[in-house]
Amino acid sequence: MLNNRQALINFRAEWQKAYEAEKTKILICAGTGCIAGGAYEVYDRIKEVLDENGIPCSVELQKEAPENVVGLKQCGCHGFCEMGVLVRIEPQGYLYTKVKVQDCEEIIKETIIGGKHIERLAYQKGGTVYKEQEEIPFYIKQSRVVLEHCGHIDANCIKDYLATGGYTALEKALFDMDADTIVSEISESGLRGRGGGGFPAGRKWSQVKRQAEPQKYIVCNGDEGDPGAFMDRSIMEGDPHRMLEGMLIAGIACGSSVGYIYVRAEYPIAVSRLRKAIEQATEFGLLGDNILGTDFSFKIHINRGAGAFVCGEGSAMTASIEGKRGMPRVKPPRTVEQGLFGKPTVLNNVETFANVPMIITRGSDWFKNIGTEKSSGTKAFALTGNIQNTGLIEVPMGATLRDIIFDIGGGMPEGTGFKAVQIGGPSGGCLTTEHMDMPLDFDSLKKVGAMIGSGGLVVMDDKTCMVEVARFFMNFTQHESCGKCVPCREGTKRMLEILERIVNGEGQEGDMEMLLELADVITATSLCGLGKTAANPVVSTIGRFKDEYEAHIFEKRCPTGNCQKLKSIFIDPELCKGCTKCAKVCPVDAISGKVKEPFVIDGSKCIKCEACIPACPFNAIKEG
Amino acid sequence: MMSDKKIAMIDGIPVQIEGEKNLLELIRKAGIELPTFCYYSELSVYGACRLCVFEDERGNIDAACSAQPWSGMIVKTNTERLRTYRKMILELLLATHCGECTACEDNGTCKLQEFATRFHIENIRFPKNTQKLDVDTSSPCITKDQSKCILCGDCVRMCSEIQNVGAIDFAYRSSKTTISTAFNEPLAESNCVGCGQCVVVCPTGAIMIRNETNKLWKELDDPNNKVIVQIAPAVRVAIGESLGVKEGEDVMGKITAALRRLGFAEVFDTSTGADLTVLEEAAEFAQRLESGKNLPLMTSCCPAWVQYCEDNFPEMMSHVSSCRSPMQMMGSILKEYNKDSDKRTVNVAVMPCTAKKYEAARDEFKKDGVPDIDYVITTRELIQMIRESGIVFSELDPETVDVAFGTMTGAGVIFGVTGGVTEAVLRHVSPDKSRTGLRLTALSGARGMDGVKETSVMLGEREVKIAIVSGLKNAYEIMERVKQGEKYDFIEVMACPGGCVNGAGQPVTTGNRKQVRAQGLYMADNASNIRLAEQNPLMTELYGGILKGREHELLHVHYDGKKHD
Repeated sequence: MLNNRQALINFRAEWQKAYEAEKTKILICAGTGCIAGGAYEVYDRIKEVLDENGIPCSVELQKEAPENVVGLKQCGCHGFCEMGVLVRIEPQGYLYTKVKVQDCEEIIKETIIGGKHIERLAYQKGGTVYKEQEEIPFYIKQSRVVLEHCGHIDANCIKDYLATGGYTALEKALFDMDADTIVSEISESGLRGRGGGGFPAGRKWSQVKRQAEPQKYIVCNGDEGDPGAFMDRSIMEGDPHRMLEGMLIAGIACGSSVGYIYVRAEYPIAVSRLRKAIEQATEFGLLGDNILGTDFSFKIHINRGAGAFVCGEGSAMTASIEGKRGMPRVKPPRTVEQGLFGKPTVLNNVETFANVPMIITRGSDWFKNIGTEKSSGTKAFALTGNIQNTGLIEVPMGATLRDIIFDIGGGMPEGTGFKAVQIGGPSGGCLTTEHMDMPLDFDSLKKVGAMIGSGGLVVMDDKTCMVEVARFFMNFTQHESCGKCVPCREGTKRMLEILERIVNGEGQEGDMEMLLELADVITATSLCGLGKTAANPVVSTIGRFKDEYEAHIFEKRCPTGNCQKLKSIFIDPELCKGCTKCAKVCPVDAISGKVKEPFVIDGSKCIKCEACIPACPFNAIKEG
Repeated sequence: MMSDKKIAMIDGIPVQIEGEKNLLELIRKAGIELPTFCYYSELSVYGACRLCVFEDERGNIDAACSAQPWSGMIVKTNTERLRTYRKMILELLLATHCGECTACEDNGTCKLQEFATRFHIENIRFPKNTQKLDVDTSSPCITKDQSKCILCGDCVRMCSEIQNVGAIDFAYRSSKTTISTAFNEPLAESNCVGCGQCVVVCPTGAIMIRNETNKLWKELDDPNNKVIVQIAPAVRVAIGESLGVKEGEDVMGKITAALRRLGFAEVFDTSTGADLTVLEEAAEFAQRLESGKNLPLMTSCCPAWVQYCEDNFPEMMSHVSSCRSPMQMMGSILKEYNKDSDKRTVNVAVMPCTAKKYEAARDEFKKDGVPDIDYVITTRELIQMIRESGIVFSELDPETVDVAFGTMTGAGVIFGVTGGVTEAVLRHVSPDKSRTGLRLTALSGARGMDGVKETSVMLGEREVKIAIVSGLKNAYEIMERVKQGEKYDFIEVMACPGGCVNGAGQPVTTGNRKQVRAQGLYMADNASNIRLAEQNPLMTELYGGILKGREHELLHVHYDGKKHD
């Protein structure tokens, strides 16, 4: 139990020494993506091979380790999910990609024992072999600041966090600063909420701080629900202490002694690592009563959300923590005045809290130098969809789509062209080629009808039907509408109905106008942010891809051939020899005909599975 | 000219802000009736219907119910955009609503219907794909038809915030959102106490009073029946407005005349039963004061309260008076009185209350399986029967009730308002029976519409501490205080805020209905020639006759604390 500042300094120094003494480290990505790809099996196998070869290995940082010890660590997400399972070797900085259990022996023998690089496991592109992680184009253009530890330290161990400077910010906030200087440092830094709205964090903190009510709460929003977003998940899984430290500092600044983390129950790894982190921090006296011997006490509770998207909205979240139905309420009173249990509450998301320790240790000037004038710092994005390098990235605010998609993302998959990117999830909008060089920051995006949201980037190639994309997001929003206010509950239902009609080839004249009319009502009159932004994907796709809507509605044609119901499959009678092969593979008996005469497909039975197309030896079956 | 008054401009009219709790109240003060489904001043602000939207000078749109007025604010309530939005919201609601207006109990009083007319909805441009859902008819008091629900949440907030029952809440989300009991059990199996306050606030026909009039017509038509009816005090001051008479006016005489024309053989006043209750309850109170046991005594006139107490404070049931409610006292006496009649006696009660339907069906009030009260119809059902029969109510000449049990007192009449039972009992136990004494009793603190009233009176040397509550949340809180050791001697509970005048069986009118109706009852009391229960000559006759030695059997009850179906 560390009960004064010096104890923490000494303790940290000891672990720093141990960390440095551990010359060789094998860092296995234990983010959700790599775990699904077999990271735990790889970890176990590496451990086994190390043991077989008599190499001392520590699975947790040790003070009295043998000199040639190898640190074997399960770390957070490296980000390059496309290439998982990822294994990083230090001190060389090698990154091995797509590692399988059968590669482990070679890694130990060649690299750990032999000191040699294994070329076949390295990332390669365009004939170039990238030995070190930092050389890879995916990483080179990134500024991994908030994610600096993800992929680099043991995600399960507070010692690694301490050894790399962890809890220095807490120490500084407790002993060298007071509440006012902390709040002004955060305000000065220009840190804005990373959860979507972009509200200045410092202003929020100062509003809570000045409330007379003595009982205040710090709530961390880890209810990341946008389809295709996993930034917060990666932080909670990969660097949980950073977030806890941010919450602690918020507690000192605002005079609160209780924090709540609201995290999706669908993130079991995040939940278990957070639990572990809280246990460890409590054990060392960094959480709990009289932290480091001061009169500051802070406790953190974890609340698991049951999966309602709307619980990411502040008042719905606080209601849910209180055990009530997660529905947004009217404001005022605002959360900073009457939030959780009716008390003043700081509610920030995971990434926002994770930014705090660095701002405190390195200063607001350092932070302001990153990013743009009104959006300082970096932003983590989850890059998904039709792109070469899917994964978790972090770039300075103001980076362009071109940087992200082509330099970091590696561009589109072979043979496809870029069409659009959906930013901000179901509340955001789509950006197209014309926005390629626009800086991505809170305000620029708002101007073009999109939003940074929590940071999901779904890239779409030229084979993507934008009407279907709009339908997909509307389907999501409608299902996740809490059902409270009429425009959101009923309006999105009707928008979805119309979009479904259009993609099914039953669109009518006036459908686009009705979609826009509904969008206007929903945007203007909905109760909460979910409703107010629900129509964005539809409005932006109609604005930018009107021709696609028109083709669906008036020509009953999907220009990308994506919409099943608008597809027709037919047999060219000129080419068909009546060999019956197609009829044999058809799972719904839609193809019939006389042997040696042209066969026909019954459109009313056909389910467009396309099984017949490759079955035809004469290429007689066509799509139209 | 500068002034330090806070002024907001509403549609070009300066309006002074005087602490209105939200902009909607201020707009109302400006004489503009903004539409809303979900705003009730006594419930929490919910902000779901989005009809009370306004536009500020920058073109921002917000809901007035949840906006704070501020000095210098410029508000528009009737712009092209707002009209478009309101119409669309109504159109969206109507598209999912079942829309079977002509076959709906709420036809003519439905707010959705009213707004559809008011905003000139000509066309619903969306497919009508309402799911036909089963109506929950399990409760003897109310029915719930989800296909008519617009999810304004008024019933949910009434049930939890005012009544502290919480029998219903939202379930599911998106367009599948619904109002449900826990585990979607039938209402009868839930913890609903039948108070029906949800019916009062429901803007559509989604929650309605269970209507018994069809069955009752058949009973009236049957020549083998002798159909007897009693009318509760609160009915006489609430029925008028719907039938062309002034709200709050005592029209007992016209009701009596109308009931005779409808075919009821005998008409009585439940106030007579209330006089019996006063005597019995006063005796019980005196006994408990003397023994010091089971104090405080809690009233038992209100069946929703009795059930609420059984469900939530079963250990306190011994405090609840063993007196039957006035309706049930009348019921048992009338059945007893007519037991040798060669016709089948059918006892009907016209009540301001939905829970009375449940009370009448309780096993405790059945003899050999036959209930003392066969039918309870509410004021609203009686209005419907009068309308159906074509009787022009406003032109009826008043008649008096039948002779057999034809005398009642002002003490019984005031049972219909919160504090009435207490005042009637106090009149009885007070030694000063003069007009001045009655006035003093009236000023004892029992009157008024506050949900919680506390007072104390001296009975001889003894100071008697009294609490009068209406609204079950208030009852809950007083019970908690009693459990924590706070001493009371007498607690009157009425489930409906304001008492029976505001019962769920009464017509829902706009304006100050509770006060106006209460005033009507106090005036009726003032105008009666007997104002003390014990001075009712009928009482002597009853105690010397039919009740002799059978007071306990006919006038008291033992609730066993178990839930009854």
